[in-house]
Amino acid sequence: MKIISCIKPVPDPASRLIINESKTWIKDNDLTFVASEADNYALEEALRLKEKHQGDVAILSMGGDEAARVLRSGLAMGADRAIHLLDPKFKGADEFAAAETLAKAIEKDGGADLVLAGVQSDDLGTGMTGVMLAEFLGYAHATVVIGVEADPAAKTLKVKRELEGGINETVELPFPAVLTIQFGINQPRYASLKGIMAAKKKELKAWSAADLGLSDNLVGKPGAMYEVKEVFVPERKSRVEIITGTAEEAAAKLVEKLRKEAKVI
Amino acid sequence: MAKEVTELKKGGSFLIEETAKEDVFTPEDLSEEQKMIREMTEQFVEDEVVPQQEQIENKQWDVTRNLLRRCGELGLLGIEVPEEYGGENLDKISSMIVSEKLGRVASFAVTYGGHSGIGTLPIVYFGAEEHKRKYLPLLCKAEKISAYALSEASSGSDALSAKTTAVRSADGSHWILNGEKMWITNAAFADMFVTFAQATQGDQKQFSCFIVEKDYPGVSTGAEEHKMGLKGSSTRTLVLDNARIPIDNVLGEIGKGHHVAFNILNMGRAKLAAGAVGGSKTALNASIAYAKQRVAFGKPISSFGAIKQKLAEMAVRTWITEGMVYRTAGLMDRRLESVDVKDPKQVLKAIEEYAVECSILKVFASEVLDFVVDEAVQIHGGFGYSAEYPVERYYRDSRVNRIFEGTNEINRLLIPGMLLKRASSGQLPLHAAVRSVMDEVMSAGIGNEPSGPFARERSGVKQAQKALLLVAGSAIQRFRDSIRDEQEVLMHISNMVMDVYAMDTAVCRLMKNSGELHADVVSTFMNDAIADIKFSGRQVLAATGDGDTLRIQLSALRRLLRWTPVNTVGARRRIAEHLIDHGVYAL
Ligand SMILES: Cc1cc2nc3c(=O)[nH]c(=O)nc-3n(C[C@H](O)[C@H](O)[C@H](O)COP(=O)(O)OP(=O)(O)OC[C@H]3O[C@@H](n4cnc5c(N)ncnc54)[C@H](O)[C@@H]3O)c2cc1C
Ligand SMILES: Cc1cc2nc3c(=O)[nH]c(=O)nc-3n(C[C@H](O)[C@H](O)[C@H](O)COP(=O)(O)OP(=O)(O)OC[C@H]3O[C@@H](n4cnc5c(N)ncnc54)[C@H](O)[C@@H]3O)c2cc1C
Repeated sequence: MKIISCIKPVPDPASRLIINESKTWIKDNDLTFVASEADNYALEEALRLKEKHQGDVAILSMGGDEAARVLRSGLAMGADRAIHLLDPKFKGADEFAAAETLAKAIEKDGGADLVLAGVQSDDLGTGMTGVMLAEFLGYAHATVVIGVEADPAAKTLKVKRELEGGINETVELPFPAVLTIQFGINQPRYASLKGIMAAKKKELKAWSAADLGLSDNLVGKPGAMYEVKEVFVPERKSRVEIITGTAEEAAAKLVEKLRKEAKVI
Repeated sequence: MAKEVTELKKGGSFLIEETAKEDVFTPEDLSEEQKMIREMTEQFVEDEVVPQQEQIENKQWDVTRNLLRRCGELGLLGIEVPEEYGGENLDKISSMIVSEKLGRVASFAVTYGGHSGIGTLPIVYFGAEEHKRKYLPLLCKAEKISAYALSEASSGSDALSAKTTAVRSADGSHWILNGEKMWITNAAFADMFVTFAQATQGDQKQFSCFIVEKDYPGVSTGAEEHKMGLKGSSTRTLVLDNARIPIDNVLGEIGKGHHVAFNILNMGRAKLAAGAVGGSKTALNASIAYAKQRVAFGKPISSFGAIKQKLAEMAVRTWITEGMVYRTAGLMDRRLESVDVKDPKQVLKAIEEYAVECSILKVFASEVLDFVVDEAVQIHGGFGYSAEYPVERYYRDSRVNRIFEGTNEINRLLIPGMLLKRASSGQLPLHAAVRSVMDEVMSAGIGNEPSGPFARERSGVKQAQKALLLVAGSAIQRFRDSIRDEQEVLMHISNMVMDVYAMDTAVCRLMKNSGELHADVVSTFMNDAIADIKFSGRQVLAATGDGDTLRIQLSALRRLLRWTPVNTVGARRRIAEHLIDHGVYAL
């Protein structure tokens, strides 16, 4: 089985985030980056599938030096090789541009039986990249996956998905497919010391927009479908009102206010 | 000019040379792999050890054993074991990183050290091929747990005077051991003990080391000690009652047990220091968090200068110690690059080169940790005295670090002792350096002053070096060989040596990674260290001379130590505000 697992570098959740001067993003030059949490679950799932069915696990990340760093951690966890999509032109991508870039890289790598992505990233968290990636690749896809069984001989997957309200469903998909992996599907392993030392010797190749044959208008900011206008800290507004009277009177007043003023019922 | 290839630094040379910053490895220089090791260990501690700390403290040994096994899976037990025996054979810096991160969970860290350090390394360095093949792969996976049995009730510091005996059985196939070892870490669940005893033939006693398996006839352990702290580590006696040890289980040679006992100590001391750094950071982080949320007189206590002063000083000393730990490990790694790592003798010799530095680390770091946990309790007020808050445990757990791995008194005596030995064997031109300072003092000049960047700090280090050489020189002149019996003098000299190493390391680290806050940290530390050096120096000089001689010496000391005090109030405030702003130790 050939598996490609996507990893998005995100600011370490312990960092202090400061909005940049142009108010379009956070200041990220001093931050440390880690793999987005869902991507650790995805990679763990990829490694387990490989341990069961043999094959090759490649990891794929678009970003600057911070992406190289999360890729090296992924290699230390046990991935066989890594592809780093590195080009200043990739900067400012949205999900759409990111997905197209990732898709081109997967195609250049010869495609895959299975592509895994996180259900959503820790920072922007729109949850769209995986689905768009499937569309660009023309692969089947399933989202919010909480269980994967593969049958490489039959080239099919049986996948458990989480729906709303505590309901799950099982779907079958053919190879090749993209799955977006839900948090908690497994217990991701740590890189062992042996893994960390072995990572040094594994392949980590970098591809630019030109390598992928992507023209400038398709990648980064020019390739994006939307633009971030402003990033801000939500204003904290709270108003407290004590409703007096007997329980019955107060309840009636409360319903009235919720309906007319707060407009929530 | 930065030298392309720097020569290997001699142990103790920091006392007599100006150190080039390139020769000092700093925590900021960690490689990508070393950072990953740091993250991995940190994550393991956070996710698996910390949540089980209560069970560990309640002596649920199955929990502890399982965690050791997890360490085995992650490769943490074989850092210093060659690969052919199931280990990783990593650098000493990585070893320090792991010890530092485990320092957050003191009881488990001691269990870990008892097994993977003193319990395993004697076999790595002194084991016969069969010992290594038989035991090391199992030890690296924690399928067997090991312990180290040197101390006895009547001999701790004076370990070579152990009373336990070993006598050959009549048929010559076994050694029969009799005696009781005391304070044996991991004893409750250990499968084997690296045990020291006097091999006895008639009147002749030869100090020797044996591998004693738990299941051998006549081997048992006593009851758990009721300790002040480290309640989650097992400490018991090892009772040897006609214990039958196969003849092949002698570790090293009969009569060479002291080689095993002493050679294991250097790394043990360095790792203890690394653990103390981890412990200090943990207690400091708890204190910052508490100080920010505790309100008194309508304000968070972190806004009070008295509390800021404490937080800052805890951070300063932690930062200083951290630098010393990684510098020393870096020195060892550089030297180890040039030896055949397959030859244990060469490896031990490379480590031993920095035995002075290891003793310095042990004493300095254990005392910094005790200072930090004490202030941590103070910052917590009454709650710090309650077991509801973890600082109460940090306080109890810290204390033993000044006692084991060689008491701080023994190590303080070793520091000048080893330096003098290196001087007389020609490894360190200490006497020439003393003479040159004496000449300089007599000529009334003050030698050439450092210039260029960080001139003030570098000059402070130079002043401290010279003050030490002056004071040590006059003590040696006065007492000659009997200086060995002048323990009070030696203790003062030791304190001065430690402060020189601390300052020299801090200044080089600052030069490598200059930042405003680090400049505050370094000048705050130097300000007090130079005052301490002056204090110790005056005590020693007053004990070595009187009248005019003393007056001349004191004025020479004063002339050497020309450091102008800095505004440490302002510096500590800035450091504290940085800590409070970040919410953790983030220097
Ligand atoms: C303001 C802004 C600035 C940006 N700056 C940069 C930049 O400097 N350089 C740059 O390269 N990109 C940049 N990006 C693009 C960004 O890194 C993401 O690729 C994209 O926005 C994904 O959206 P999301 O976080 O909502 O992903 P989601 O759709 O929530 O992510 C789901 C999953 O998709 C996969 N995935 C998403 N992004 C990547 C990725 N980059 N690499 C591999 N897998 C991925 C992961 O598996 C992830 O778990 C920027 C985006 C914005 C909005
Ligand atoms: C929790 C714990 C775990 C331990 N684990 C182990 C273990 O796993 N294996 C093991 O073998 N041992 C272990 N020990 C024992 C430990 O190494 C000894 O306690 C230590 O070496 C001190 O020896 P002692 O207790 O006999 O004190 P003593 O040697 O009696 O010292 C008492 C005091 O006298 C001072 N002193 C002694 N000699 C001199 C001197 N020449 N000059 C000046 N001052 C001197 C000491 O510094 C100390 O202050 C452990 C101890 C503890 C508390």
